[in-house]
Amino acid sequence: MRVFQFTEQPYPDVWNDHNGSLRVNLPNRKIDPVRAAELFHRYYDEWQLADELGLDIMLNEHHSTATCMSAACVIGLSVLSRITKRARLLVLGYPIANRPDPLRAAEELATIDVISRGRLEMGFVRGVPQEVAIANLNPVFQSDRFWEAHDFIIKALTSHDEPFNWESENYHYRHVNIWPRPYQQPHPPVWSTTGSTQTAKKLGAYGYVMATLGTGYDTRRLYNAYRQGYAEKRGGAVAGADRFAYLGLVAVGHSEAEARRRGELIASYPRSSSIVFAPFRNPPGYLSIEDNVRILKGEGKPRSFTKDGRVVEMASGSVQDLIDAGVMFCGTPDQVYDQIADFVEHCGGMGNLLMMGHAGPMSHEDTVENLTIFAKEVYPRLKDMRQPEGAAVAAQ
Amino acid sequence: MPVAAETSHIELSGFGVELTVRGKGRPLLLLHPGHPSGRIDPAARIMELLAESMRVIVPTHPGFGMTPAPAKLTTIDDLAYLYLDLMEAIELRDCVVVGLSLGGWIAAEMAVKTTERLSHLVLVDAVGIKCGDRESRDIADIYAMTDKQLGELVYADPQSMARNVKALPESELTLMARAREATGRYAWTPYMHDPKLKGRLHRIDVPTLVLWGEADRIASPDYGRSFAAAIPEAQFAMIEKAGHFPHLEQPGALARRIVDFVEDTRRR
Repeated sequence: MRVFQFTEQPYPDVWNDHNGSLRVNLPNRKIDPVRAAELFHRYYDEWQLADELGLDIMLNEHHSTATCMSAACVIGLSVLSRITKRARLLVLGYPIANRPDPLRAAEELATIDVISRGRLEMGFVRGVPQEVAIANLNPVFQSDRFWEAHDFIIKALTSHDEPFNWESENYHYRHVNIWPRPYQQPHPPVWSTTGSTQTAKKLGAYGYVMATLGTGYDTRRLYNAYRQGYAEKRGGAVAGADRFAYLGLVAVGHSEAEARRRGELIASYPRSSSIVFAPFRNPPGYLSIEDNVRILKGEGKPRSFTKDGRVVEMASGSVQDLIDAGVMFCGTPDQVYDQIADFVEHCGGMGNLLMMGHAGPMSHEDTVENLTIFAKEVYPRLKDMRQPEGAAVAAQ
Repeated sequence: MPVAAETSHIELSGFGVELTVRGKGRPLLLLHPGHPSGRIDPAARIMELLAESMRVIVPTHPGFGMTPAPAKLTTIDDLAYLYLDLMEAIELRDCVVVGLSLGGWIAAEMAVKTTERLSHLVLVDAVGIKCGDRESRDIADIYAMTDKQLGELVYADPQSMARNVKALPESELTLMARAREATGRYAWTPYMHDPKLKGRLHRIDVPTLVLWGEADRIASPDYGRSFAAAIPEAQFAMIEKAGHFPHLEQPGALARRIVDFVEDTRRR
């Protein structure tokens, strides 16, 4: 198993000072640039530590929000390409359908791959609904644009003999010929995220690494859809554990009490991430008609489940609830190992833990401890852990 | 006895369009609004009133009602060409074209292309043009507010128009959700307008009436006056006790205005 250290690079100082929305419409006078500089430097220091500890690195982007100061993932990738030595650099992800210019995205990604000497893991995501208000590109066609931008970027990264032409309703280029070309051949590994079985199957057909977030003990359903898509495309071949990733909140301590204290700090992520003026969470065409009918009726759609099928609300669940749902792995090194091993068993194999090892107001000292204990006392055992046998998984 | 409406489907340049026809007499093509009104119920009061003296033809914009939205139809301009094709296909001549809100935008896009088959144009609380400067939003952002806030901007009398949405049947909720999505499909960006349209309105050469709900808080009466001012010799009139959707709040006054205008004016 590989483990990627992830933080949203939050600005938590104002998380209790908002008018019902931490995203889109929270005025930026609330962010102090001097404090923001301190936080950015600290987060980069912590990623350097992750690099030294043998962990890989994941970063993302969101817009107009105190939950995540990273508004352009390529900036973080650029800095990390230069200041880290060995870690894989996973962006999960780059919201390619929210950018008008995929050529620029291809150029950025290729350059980062070169500067990092081939350490880029290239995650493309559709992005959360509240990003649409900022991007202002039509959400009804977002999914079509996503796949077209994906096709374009892959072609731009892999075409080396002459400039090519691309004229569609969405994008218009006449001379595509990126310099530099990517360090990894034919291109950096592709990752994506989903919560739908339909997309999971499609990602399986591509063979890309698929990540889910907050799906807890309902993750297997999505993984199985991926396995089906993977196998259908490859004459029944079985997708390895390395094709699957899961974002887990991780809080570890020398004692259970210490871990639980850190767990409360990490839980600030799910507790804050849904604080956004409701209409921005539902741009037209993002959610299905069925989901919108459900919203009109005032009903929700549960996402996280415990092993015995109990619904857990990520935004309001206790640390114990989040542990029960497989959303958080929290405890002593032994406990955390057991929780992760149990979850991997449920998934039928999961080879990439996207570890949210810092969130919200967690201090530098706590973060250093959290990462260090994990890297030294949990990670070695995860590396040795036997993933469920592919053939046995497929048969189930 | 009110005449019953008939609903049928027609194939136009590869796209299926649902048509509701009600009444007899000279043709009136009625183009329905977007969210939160959406498609016009064939049994609606406005249909009944207009059908007393005219043959009212109402296409359902693809994506509204329960009709599919073909991948190739993505803009209001596409709908304008679709309905010009429709007028040709069903041989509409001397046709009154009435557009409500988003439907008014479609009607204006049609009329700047050709008025060959039009006798009159009526725009009711129409969107579609850019009037203010680049930092002024002419049309309220219906996707950046709650349903309750939207109701307060849309209606002159929000309380009397309020419905207990949760109690509506699933079929009705599905129509609402589809109208919301279809509106976004055609009008998300540039938001509710075509930057080129205002500069083309001078081409409209049929008698034009611009009607506006006096309490329209989605697009103000001043926006309506600018719309009328850009169309040669267009008349402008307000409808009392109506907001953005006079066909829902004041169907009687709206129908009277339309019928009177058609009777009083002839094609220049």
